[in-house]
Amino acid sequence: MARDVILATDGLTMEFKGFRAVNGVKLEVERGTIHALIGPNGAGKTTCFNLLTKFLIPTAGTIRYKDRDITGMRAADVARLGLVRSFQISAVFPHLTVTENVRIALQRRRRGDSFDFWRPEKVLRALDGEALALVEAVGLSEFADSLAVELSYGRKRALEIATTLALDPEMLLLDEPMAGMGHEDVDRTSQLIRRVSKDRTILMVEHNLSVVASLSDRITVLARGQVLAEGDYATVSKDPRVIEAYIGAGHA
Amino acid sequence: MADTAAIDVAPIAAALPTRRDDKALHRMIFVGIALLLIAAPLVLYPVYLMKVLCFALFALAFNLLLGYGGLLSFGHAAYFGMASYLCAYTAKSLGFTPELAILSGTVTAALLGLIFGSLAIRRQGIYFSMITLALAQMAFFFSLQAKFTGGEDGIQAVPRGNLFGVFSLADDRAMYGLVCVIFMAGMLLIYRIIHSPFGQVLKAIRDNEPRAISLGYRANQYKLAVFVLSATLAGLAGSTKAIVFQLASLTDVHWSMSGEVVLMTLVGGMGTVFGPIVGALVIVTMETYLAQFGAWVTIIQGCVFVLCVLLFREGIVGLVAKLIRRPL
Repeated sequence: MARDVILATDGLTMEFKGFRAVNGVKLEVERGTIHALIGPNGAGKTTCFNLLTKFLIPTAGTIRYKDRDITGMRAADVARLGLVRSFQISAVFPHLTVTENVRIALQRRRRGDSFDFWRPEKVLRALDGEALALVEAVGLSEFADSLAVELSYGRKRALEIATTLALDPEMLLLDEPMAGMGHEDVDRTSQLIRRVSKDRTILMVEHNLSVVASLSDRITVLARGQVLAEGDYATVSKDPRVIEAYIGAGHA
Repeated sequence: MADTAAIDVAPIAAALPTRRDDKALHRMIFVGIALLLIAAPLVLYPVYLMKVLCFALFALAFNLLLGYGGLLSFGHAAYFGMASYLCAYTAKSLGFTPELAILSGTVTAALLGLIFGSLAIRRQGIYFSMITLALAQMAFFFSLQAKFTGGEDGIQAVPRGNLFGVFSLADDRAMYGLVCVIFMAGMLLIYRIIHSPFGQVLKAIRDNEPRAISLGYRANQYKLAVFVLSATLAGLAGSTKAIVFQLASLTDVHWSMSGEVVLMTLVGGMGTVFGPIVGALVIVTMETYLAQFGAWVTIIQGCVFVLCVLLFREGIVGLVAKLIRRPL
């Protein structure tokens, strides 16, 4: 069966002053799957993630998205192709209201660029209905007119997801979606991720192994900037090299 | 992503959600300002008022960039001053009517803003500010050396001329009328820019640039656009000032002018709609009425600034906005 690969990297390398944080990573994410990128601290997960989202430019290697070389593209342009990232710290616009946060994403998707400084803000009200529907979908209706800065941590993450969904991305890159969450929030966010993964591809970096186990179809383990193992959770968790990397049984 | 963030300028006053009736409040303030402008010459000297208005427009333009774009330019005198030179030159040597002279000065500032801006926005935070300062120093040096600017003397005895070739501006009251119209138009345009789809994206970029980029906004293009708009309006203020005072001089391109506009904006309230007007009023009034103290004006100004930062970081209007819990 031919694999339908949506995002692929080959020989991806990132060097910081002689230190190779990411070293020749080959990664293939299949369309429609939830793919997790895990590894011990300092394995290069976040660097890898920033390379994929173009917030860093790789020293060597290529990145292909939907059979298109995106290695040299700018972050904003990659987002326009439907490859949208989230951030580890909750990424909201603190001084915009909840509805405006979502609307700013809709504004980009529906109107493209907004250089029209001569038009009144009123023209954006046409997007309010759609924005409110998204706000409601993540359970934030009662906070629609609050400033994002006033929301609790868990609600900020929910708002971030609503904002991302407003772009209707084909592929989502989630940077530790569960970071800093309590047990209840983790369950709720897991369900949300599963729900939005329908018809979408998701690549996530995550520390919480039980989340990874329950959500992902495929797992890539990174250690010291290189791919250590790949496969489903059962395969990967039994791999002696993975166990060693996590428990740290000295240098083999 | 702290390394990609602009200087932290999220103003406290902006931390209030804009409600629909806030727009009505702002509209009332605009009407109030218009009425004040009509009544003011009955009690105050038109020349002093015109000076306040020119600097208020300059500070408003600067605040558009700092308060709403999150970009601290240390070289805004370049656009103010170069526009004033071009306006004075075209009015005096080429015999342009005042509106065309002002237009040519404004266009000059826009072009200069486009060139300087596209160089400066490549860097973030303090490096951005330093580049704008360095480029403005080049503009100062050019003004000092170029033939048409008159070097140390500047361009003096600029004719006020006849507006549209018909209405004489020689009388201060006529001149005052034109300055009021320009000021109101500039202020309303800036208000519209802030409250436009463009302004909304600008706010998002100021709040969280990496996130705005991840939503597909090319942040640098928006920054450049607001830089050019700000430079253009600063140029409009500078050109108007050249016609009013019939003079373009090195003072207007000097770095201390760049500092002064920062001062006006911060004293009045960065990121507030009306703050820069109050700031310009305070600073110009101090300069005018404390002129008898000579060099002490600078020291008094310094003290005011220190007090301002210590007591109300959000500026005069920012403080009022906080007290009445409405964005101003």
